[in-house]
Amino acid sequence: MITPPGSSTPPLPFSSDYVLGLADDALVSAQRMSWWISRAPELEEDLALANIGLDQLGQARTLLTYAGALEGAGRTEDDLAYLRDDREFRNVWLVERPQTDFGVTIARLLVFATYQAELYAALAASSDATLAGVAGKAVKEVAYHLDHARLWTLRLGDGTEVSHERMQAALDAEWPYVDELFTPVEGALVDPASLRDAVLGRVAAVVREATLEVPDVAPTVGGGRRGLHTEHLGHLLAEMQHLHRSHPGATW
Amino acid sequence: MPHVYGNDFGAPERAPELTDEAFAALLADDGRVEPRDPMPEGYRRTLVRQIAQHAHSEIIGMQPEGNWISRAPSLRRKAILMAKVQDEAGHGLYLYAAAETLGVDRADLLDQLHTGRQKYSSIFNYPTLSWADVGAIGWLVDGAAIVNQVPLCRCSYGPYARAMVRVCKEESFHQRQGFEILHTLSHGTPAQKAMAQDAVDRYWWPSLMMFGPPDDDSPNSAQSMAWGIKRFSNDDLRQRFVDMTVPQAEVLGLTLPDPEIRWNEERGHYDFGTVDFTELFEVIKGNGPCNRDRMAHRVAAHEDGAWVREAADAYAAKQVARTEGAA
Repeated sequence: MITPPGSSTPPLPFSSDYVLGLADDALVSAQRMSWWISRAPELEEDLALANIGLDQLGQARTLLTYAGALEGAGRTEDDLAYLRDDREFRNVWLVERPQTDFGVTIARLLVFATYQAELYAALAASSDATLAGVAGKAVKEVAYHLDHARLWTLRLGDGTEVSHERMQAALDAEWPYVDELFTPVEGALVDPASLRDAVLGRVAAVVREATLEVPDVAPTVGGGRRGLHTEHLGHLLAEMQHLHRSHPGATW
Repeated sequence: MPHVYGNDFGAPERAPELTDEAFAALLADDGRVEPRDPMPEGYRRTLVRQIAQHAHSEIIGMQPEGNWISRAPSLRRKAILMAKVQDEAGHGLYLYAAAETLGVDRADLLDQLHTGRQKYSSIFNYPTLSWADVGAIGWLVDGAAIVNQVPLCRCSYGPYARAMVRVCKEESFHQRQGFEILHTLSHGTPAQKAMAQDAVDRYWWPSLMMFGPPDDDSPNSAQSMAWGIKRFSNDDLRQRFVDMTVPQAEVLGLTLPDPEIRWNEERGHYDFGTVDFTELFEVIKGNGPCNRDRMAHRVAAHEDGAWVREAADAYAAKQVARTEGAA
């Protein structure tokens, strides 16, 4: 429970850490997505993946700014993005691992966009005007991301034998990290567990339509919401933050 | 083979050929040439070569700037840079589409790029070593591209001219963002200003080379001018770029690395030093700092994506078969 600075209104029913989790999911996902620009299988896909990454980055920026305001310590979006270490990041493991295989990117986007679609729909109807506003805009963006992921899942799953196998392998590789999205978080405005059935149901329907199978694998013990990450996040942040940190106090 | 993307207008259709005399009469009328109009074979081939090279430059040009997306120093800069590189992909798309109106296929053009039979602009064979290089590319490289491309908005071939109108609008925005990056750096910390100056030092001469060899050493220029593809000579365009850029460098507080730059009252232009074209020809031959890296990156993206394109084609074929089976 926190009280916004200089405000006499009652404490908000959610934590700034909760907002940081939403922001970091979007930021880290955008950072991974942007890797594809100039590397996609087709020029149209360079455009599409750049566009999706830009949407995610836009969501991250608004959410980081809001998290900073809620925290009340005067931290800007850049302070939060560039000057926190990995133990202070609150994103899930699903989005932080490298994704240099197109099938993995699509499998991950299918899960993540479905999760965000349900999450933002719930937040858009929530009691917090700022989060409802951000989510109201973002819900339209992720509808496009989800459509894009769905169409590619169908093409890869029901394309060639090779693509079917690779897409199934990609789903199998991502699946252990799906469960973490639904772990309960202290100070949540929308309980992540409440999204589980809808998200998994929608993803499973697409997977089956694509002639693929929903993987039957045990979830990995994730800890992203508590600041415990894979080894990959440190490398991602080292790359993302090094220039900003090399020039303390500079304006860009 | 059906294709998942875009419109399928059927097999590419070549325009009927036209004699040089009849074509000259048409151009004298300042008539614009449209896709299925008759045209001389040489005109068609020249346009295909030029538009393809332009399209290839856009997509290879995604690499040097893309190199800084992951490290952009603020989230605002990261968003702008992603949007900018995305624009380059978009330019590539409409230029390939413009080339396709001349009866060639994008896949064939890409194959010619990947096998070294078609070129791209040599400027993209220089590395982006610092964040300031992103600014220098926007200011100088996109600035030079605009000077080259604005006259192409009046090119005799309609689809190319129309594509250029949109490309130039976006390039103009890119140039301003490059200028703004450098302005921020040159008014920032001493380290930032040094970074900006170093970028301008490295990108100035290669930018002047973007206008091509001097007029007396440019074999294709006269024919392109006669055909209304090219409107101004290489040297005229280079001079225009220098005249535009020198005052901007003063506003930036950065020095252009050419001690011979000075205003010539008599000519009404800035004088500038001699461009060392031996370097340009080395880069064109494939010996620039990044030629091998750029091609390897591009070919790897294409080859790694083959299974995806094959899947999309196979899926589309199945969909067609299912629709026909149901009918």
